[in-house]
Amino acid sequence: MGDTELLIDAMAGQLRDLLTERGIADPVLVGIHTGGVWIAERLRQRLGITAPLGQLDVSFYRDDFSRVGVNPHIRPSELPFDIEGRHLVLVDDVLNTGRTVRAALNELFDYGRPASVLLAVLVDRGGRQLPIEANVVGTRMNPPDNQNVQLNGPDPLQLTFQTSS
Amino acid sequence: MTTTSIQLDRQGRLLHFLTTEGLSRRHLTEILDTAESLRGVAERRVKKLPTLHGKTVVNLFFEASTRTRTTFELAAKRLSADVLNLNIATSSAVKGESLLDTLRNIEAMQCDMFVVRHEQSGAAEFIARHVKPHIAVLNAGDGRHAHPTQAMLDVFTIRRHKPDFPSLRVAIVGDILHSRVARSLIHALSILGAGEIRVIAPCTLLPAQVESLGVQVFHLPEQGLRDVDVIVMLRLQRERMEGALLPSEQEFFQRYGLTEDRLALAKPDALVMHPGPINRGVEIDSRVADGARSVILEQVTNGIAVRMAIMSITLGNHARPDGEIA
Amino acid sequence: MHILIQGGRVIDPAHQFDAVTDVFVAVGRIAGLGQRPAGFKAERVIDASGHIVCPGLIDLCARLREPGLEHKATIASETRAAAAGGITTLVCPPDTDPVIDEPAVVELIRRRAKAAGHARVLTLGALTHRLRGERLAEMAALKEAGCVGVGDGGRPITNTRVLRRALEYAATFDLTVFLTPLDPELSHGLAHEGQVSTRLGLPGILAAAETGIIARDLELIRDIGVRVHFGRLSCARSVELVARAQAEGLPVSADAAIHHLHLTENDLLGFDSECHVRPPLRSQRDRDALRAGVSNGTLGALCSDHQPHESDAKCGPLGDTEPGISGLDTLLGLSLRLARDHGWPLMTLIERLSWGPARILGLPSGHLGVGAPADLCIFDPDASWRLAASHLRSRGQNSPFIGWELQGRVTHTLFDGELVYAYEA
Repeated sequence: MGDTELLIDAMAGQLRDLLTERGIADPVLVGIHTGGVWIAERLRQRLGITAPLGQLDVSFYRDDFSRVGVNPHIRPSELPFDIEGRHLVLVDDVLNTGRTVRAALNELFDYGRPASVLLAVLVDRGGRQLPIEANVVGTRMNPPDNQNVQLNGPDPLQLTFQTSS
Repeated sequence: MTTTSIQLDRQGRLLHFLTTEGLSRRHLTEILDTAESLRGVAERRVKKLPTLHGKTVVNLFFEASTRTRTTFELAAKRLSADVLNLNIATSSAVKGESLLDTLRNIEAMQCDMFVVRHEQSGAAEFIARHVKPHIAVLNAGDGRHAHPTQAMLDVFTIRRHKPDFPSLRVAIVGDILHSRVARSLIHALSILGAGEIRVIAPCTLLPAQVESLGVQVFHLPEQGLRDVDVIVMLRLQRERMEGALLPSEQEFFQRYGLTEDRLALAKPDALVMHPGPINRGVEIDSRVADGARSVILEQVTNGIAVRMAIMSITLGNHARPDGEIA
Repeated sequence: MHILIQGGRVIDPAHQFDAVTDVFVAVGRIAGLGQRPAGFKAERVIDASGHIVCPGLIDLCARLREPGLEHKATIASETRAAAAGGITTLVCPPDTDPVIDEPAVVELIRRRAKAAGHARVLTLGALTHRLRGERLAEMAALKEAGCVGVGDGGRPITNTRVLRRALEYAATFDLTVFLTPLDPELSHGLAHEGQVSTRLGLPGILAAAETGIIARDLELIRDIGVRVHFGRLSCARSVELVARAQAEGLPVSADAAIHHLHLTENDLLGFDSECHVRPPLRSQRDRDALRAGVSNGTLGALCSDHQPHESDAKCGPLGDTEPGISGLDTLLGLSLRLARDHGWPLMTLIERLSWGPARILGLPSGHLGVGAPADLCIFDPDASWRLAASHLRSRGQNSPFIGWELQGRVTHTLFDGELVYAYEA
């Protein structure tokens, strides 16, 4: 679906405006594995950001660790910059309950104290269980609970919908 | 039921970590990959992950060892677990509670993991068979049988420098007979497909039919060290002289010690490893221990990440609702 | 009591007798075979049709733990278990506490066994005082008190000068010496030195710890001419050495414990402390050689090597447990299973369990001739059953055979002409 690239264009536009509004000149993008990283890469390109991309794997910070255990496809988190006093843009593919973002925020703050954190997501599918909202949203939708929304990639990027019985 | 099978649940996931023997390449790789992720934690401002927050890890050391206990303690704390250290005397003169009674008492304190070191081979397995199903048991060394976390940190270290296991020649030198490190490492290397595993020792320090473990036997380092990629020197204990296994530490160093000359027989980029603590001038020359090819200190650093990985994986598997505890 | 055992298949190895016939028991003796003796009036009839009637089993080595280790078992509890297993005579080695080096201890055991009344308990006297291997024990007094032989009780004499004198002294009084072929300096281990001990990281016991001692002792026997019995062989080479000595005409006999004919070092994988025994379980080749040795008669007897333990003694990492298997309950069942699986004639098997041991001990029992003591075992040879812990009558529950399928079930045991056990379904 070339639509995904169009959604990312929309996100880039929203983000550019928001950064200008807040007077943030040198933001750093941090993508949450794996889909968030793909989107963050494209946003970084479209916005011409020079700072390196950060990547987060939040497995060890999940609140359901004791039910889910260690993710066997783990990739290390990588933040190739000093977080202190930086303005971060956290990027994820699908915002649902908000727990992944909470875990990501916890992890970021264990690295240091950012000046601010903005959240940019491709899809906001509602269903929040925590008081968390995205600053930049590609598209909003309200699928039934048993429908799984997933971003496939890295190229081409494609949103898929799978109904579990 | 073998030691291997009680480590795994019905889905084949690790519930305990007792021995490297019989595990699959997948099991070992999962540990190594997870450890890689965890390696960076020590460089962060907050050297902690919340993963085991609220869990209690008990270091049950029937055999004293400050350094091993410390690394397990550090690993548990870096995962935000609470740690309890129990050093239990085992001299028969001080024999009090039976092992089973000790276990029951500690279980009554609501713990989640036992890290066990014991002088008897099979002790960790015995404990794993007798603890309540929700408790994970990690073997920190049982007699001569196994020291699986050490083996994992050794192969992790090797992998960081020379990831192509099938092309590797690894030599393990010293007291193989009494070494749980050697046994666990030999199994781990075999599983990861190491090209050649060699043991180098005098006859008195080789276990019966050691070739059956899948190794090549050398009695002299001049032959055994040729063209190897990794040299693992084992610690020599003073008691070996009393047991009529060796005449003296001097002769051992003369014939088996890793000197610069002997190191030159190996590949130019060969790694020098040692589980520690090292006996300078007995197993290894100071210049080699401190030299450019030595990764001995890196092993220590890696040991924490590897143990963090193993703790996370085993405790994580225990709590999974779909994983039936075998 | 006049007892008639009717219609059973009587197997009596001493007389090479194997036929379906009646056995008449009176006044504690075999009064007749086939033909009803004059004046015999059956007060009790045992229907033995479809069953085997053989001499009561004679177990060359059973530790009854009394005196000294009563927390593990007692003479009463163990002889009761023996009776249920068809065993009518047990030989108690001298390593009790106190050691059987004084007639008083012999008498104590005899009295306790008599009071319990389940089976005959014979004693081996100590070769040396306190079994310390230094001073000779008063073997003449021990023989007079009733010991059927003398032995080292599992504590081999390491001082060869003392060993030589002990053998000579025993020979003086025509005593058979029961030796444990083990070099203590080579047996500071837990398992057979081989592939399994290497994998498990268990200190090993070389085969040479046993074979070396046998070879040395055979040389002494050749010079001294004493009658020696080697207890509990575990190595193939040991069987070879004994066979060669017997062929030469040396007065040597040997036995094996039934568990060594079933289990090997592989059974130790998993650190099963129930398989922790001394001598250790060895290789398959050793086990096969022991089987052949029993089959061809080099090993004239099969014994239980009964060592009952309290559960604590077996509960722990292997090196912290005590060696030994509780074997009285399973001696017959495991032996019959062996015979069944390897096609051994019943006559041969029963000989190794009765007449063979009787000859080694020089006993008047172990056979069913008229006038012999009425020690009999009646069993159903076709019964096949799974061993559960509840089936073990010994105080010692330490058996690696729980869960195994055993062959044959004892239905009646007669000891001294009295029915001491009858199976109830």
